[in-house]
Amino acid sequence: MANLILIDYILIAIAGWIAIGVFGLVKIRQTDFVAQVIFPLGGVLGIFLGTLGLIGVFAPVQTELLPLGLPGLPFHVRLDTLSSYFLFVLGIVSTGVSFFSAGYFNKEEDTPAGLICLEYHLCLACMAMLLIADDAYVFMMAWELMSLTATFLVIANHRDAEVRYAGFLYFLIAHVGALALVLCFGILGANTGDYTFAGIRLQQLNMFWASIVFFLSLIGFGAKAGILPLHIWLPEAHPAAPSPISALMSAFVLKTGIYGILRMTFDLLHTQDWKWGGITLALGLATALFGVVLSTVQTDMKRLLAYSSIENIGLILAGIGLTILFSSYGMAGLAALSLTAALFHVASHAAFKSLLFLGTGSVLHSTGERNLGRLGGLMRFMPWTAWPALVGALAAGGLPPFGGFVSEWLLLQSFLFTPGLPNSFLNMLIPIVTAVIVLVGALAAYVMVKFFGIIFLGQPRERKLNEAHDAGIWERMGFSWLVVACICFGLLPVHMARMLDRVTHLLVGDGIGAAVTAGGWLLLVPDTSGRASYMPVVFVMVLLACCVLAYVIVHRVYHGRSRRSGPWACGFPFWTARMQDTAEGFGQPIRHVFGMFFRMTRKLPSEFDKKPYYEIKVEDPFWSLLYRPIAATAGFVSSVAGLLQHGRIAVYLLYSFLTLMFLLLVINQ
Amino acid sequence: MNHYFEFFSQALEIIVALVAAPLLTGWVNQCRAWLQNKSAPSMLQPHRMLHKLFHKEVVMAEHASSLFRMEPYIIFGCMILACGIIPTLSTRLPLSPAADAIALVGLFALGRVFLALAAMDIGTAFGSMGSRREMFIGFLAEPALLMVLFSASLITNSTSLTNIADNLTHRPLAIYPSLAFAGIAFTMVLLAENARVPVDNPATHLELTMIHEALLLEHSGRYLALMEWAASLKLFAYLCIGFAIFSPWGIAEAGHPLALILSIPVLAVKLAVGGAMLAAIETASAKLRIFRVPEFLSMAFLMAVLGMLVHFLLGA
Repeated sequence: MANLILIDYILIAIAGWIAIGVFGLVKIRQTDFVAQVIFPLGGVLGIFLGTLGLIGVFAPVQTELLPLGLPGLPFHVRLDTLSSYFLFVLGIVSTGVSFFSAGYFNKEEDTPAGLICLEYHLCLACMAMLLIADDAYVFMMAWELMSLTATFLVIANHRDAEVRYAGFLYFLIAHVGALALVLCFGILGANTGDYTFAGIRLQQLNMFWASIVFFLSLIGFGAKAGILPLHIWLPEAHPAAPSPISALMSAFVLKTGIYGILRMTFDLLHTQDWKWGGITLALGLATALFGVVLSTVQTDMKRLLAYSSIENIGLILAGIGLTILFSSYGMAGLAALSLTAALFHVASHAAFKSLLFLGTGSVLHSTGERNLGRLGGLMRFMPWTAWPALVGALAAGGLPPFGGFVSEWLLLQSFLFTPGLPNSFLNMLIPIVTAVIVLVGALAAYVMVKFFGIIFLGQPRERKLNEAHDAGIWERMGFSWLVVACICFGLLPVHMARMLDRVTHLLVGDGIGAAVTAGGWLLLVPDTSGRASYMPVVFVMVLLACCVLAYVIVHRVYHGRSRRSGPWACGFPFWTARMQDTAEGFGQPIRHVFGMFFRMTRKLPSEFDKKPYYEIKVEDPFWSLLYRPIAATAGFVSSVAGLLQHGRIAVYLLYSFLTLMFLLLVINQ
Repeated sequence: MNHYFEFFSQALEIIVALVAAPLLTGWVNQCRAWLQNKSAPSMLQPHRMLHKLFHKEVVMAEHASSLFRMEPYIIFGCMILACGIIPTLSTRLPLSPAADAIALVGLFALGRVFLALAAMDIGTAFGSMGSRREMFIGFLAEPALLMVLFSASLITNSTSLTNIADNLTHRPLAIYPSLAFAGIAFTMVLLAENARVPVDNPATHLELTMIHEALLLEHSGRYLALMEWAASLKLFAYLCIGFAIFSPWGIAEAGHPLALILSIPVLAVKLAVGGAMLAAIETASAKLRIFRVPEFLSMAFLMAVLGMLVHFLLGA
């Protein structure tokens, strides 16, 4: 025992997850046992792993060789601050999701809970393995296994054709990405034949090949993260998957793509070009704006959250793009600031988005309804779901004092520093870029008001909602864990910044830790110049004090009498729950302003209709712009190629013979 | 000693805001009445109104949730905090490092979100319509305000409002082209965010056009009083943001009691002028159709972005 180092404990945790998964498979028939004993065990391992990650951020780099895999190809693993940080986030998310799953999975799913347990824990183990992989072989193996297990998790309710289709789409795009990654590692290892990351780090690629590697990795990892235009699987897979799985995917599977981009750009490739940064920044902003605009018009609550995930990935990517820009001009301090913002957002998005997805899970279980137009008023029946969801929604809306605000604050601070860039063209673009970021932030709040208001507030739009039951004890534990995470990220950004200082030192060679440490644990500052500061704890304390004082004074000086009666509603005598804004209604102004973002088909009733109905369909424009043409082309090519097939062996022999003849001819030349 | 003085200035600032905000609303109403050839109500009218409302009993919808009951206090608290952050009387404030301009905008957004959520809580058609419109205006006005503040912070190299006010006071008098654009944008945002005439009309309950009033329909008694007070605090806060950026002179910066006392009449004069100008704008313009509001606000947003762009182009 004495010789075990940190990385060994992480490997033990990974092995533990695999063992738990197998144990679940053994007990496949005992759903209750699997749910209420095995899943929480996985959650406890999540806490363990998160703690190890936290220690690992402050520990020196550790490497190890595992005697696994093919002969002559041992597994290289390495624990540095970047992987530790992501392990920390994984630990936090997986704990919340595992506890929630304990109350969520029951006999109603098409896949037995034991099998889900195996797939889920394998997926977690693969993600952890991916984070500590130190050669291309282990990395790709973990990557592919993660995609595979995630696909099985998405199609847990496989009796539904739509779900199978969503799983297929996810798998397809994951494989397009994987193809790009294999090519990418191929280029990296081609010169030396050494596929360990240590070997890749040593070589110097010229700018041409480095750019190809960078863009291939952007495609490969972008397909996983959901960057435009490879985001198309997200809005399909998230509603199809069971909610804890959506939570895990949105909170962490997407982030593995971000991890990959960071690892590739700042660790494996040494040089950066400002053009990469510009393109990444533009791509990130386009993704963010597109994601948030589309999420305002969604009517399915999980699809809304899926588009909101696209938005957040876009913001993270914009932060990374800015980091590349700064770092290509050798401005390490500013690069560190924007990278801190991006990494902070990784953690805060993981916390609030998993919380929101779990909230939709409880709503779905208790009402059987995903359509926003048939929900409403659930705050009264499900307070244990509503309040955590409110915290998640406020955090997702980028409002102080939660975590989402801190990352936006840091990102905006790094944009305001930008005038120092030596490229005047880029300097000119910065105001526009900043404008997009703040617009996205404001729209995110719009989306979250829509999400929370329509599901939880107002009157129930259907009668059956009156019987909605609240989340169970395990689900509440999952919620509470993530609520605490959301609040901690918001109130203790200084501690986070000190942690991220270690990561940014590894990646860009500088950090904001010194500035933050000088200010004390209350004061978050972007640098030492004193140009800006934010004290979330003081902010909250004063805000709460104002509210409480107002309450006490009003009640003391005047009175606290109140009476309940019917709503006033401008004195209208008849009003029903159906007169509230629906999801379509709430999104209408945005549809009006951002019309060019969607493909809309509308059917308006004429004045003479006996039974008038109004129909509107809003579609992601990338389907008709990109994917359907590609699918049509692929279909056409294969139908042409199909002409060669006859099913007769004699014809195939003839083909072989002709090929042989042709090749001989070529050789003879 | 100096420390105590700073805390004293902070407390004084908040108390002045609480007292002056309803007076400012009364003053604007008075000016508007004069400009429209009506006999004006007393400037104390909003104070009397608050006093009356606090005495009244609250009548609440049967199914109002606890969110609805918390919301007036949260919004009131947000607005007090906002008035505490903005340098109205002094630039030496203990609260100023706690929140900079971005956090201030976040604070307004927090208030807006709670306002919208509480209006949806009752579940009437007007409430949800109001909250949709409020969020709709907010999503364009909020970025515009942030961009205005960024224009100022690029000149002064700080996002802290007290630093901005301090820095701008000590500069030689010069016209900054970026601030000119920002000024136009800020005026437009101020009108939109405070439910003033081209965007909304505070004097009407016509259901097709109302925005802010629709959100308050279900509030009564002390809740309505708190919301009205918060609305006047918001107007006060916005005007003071404008003063801090566009005419920061007279805000006490040295820790001197005399300067602090002097800054109160200076503020009163500024508020009187600002309020009169607001009333003039309101009288001179007609209410826009709700579909034209996005154009109005995108104009504000564009102006604010142009302001920043001009800063980069001219370096000033």
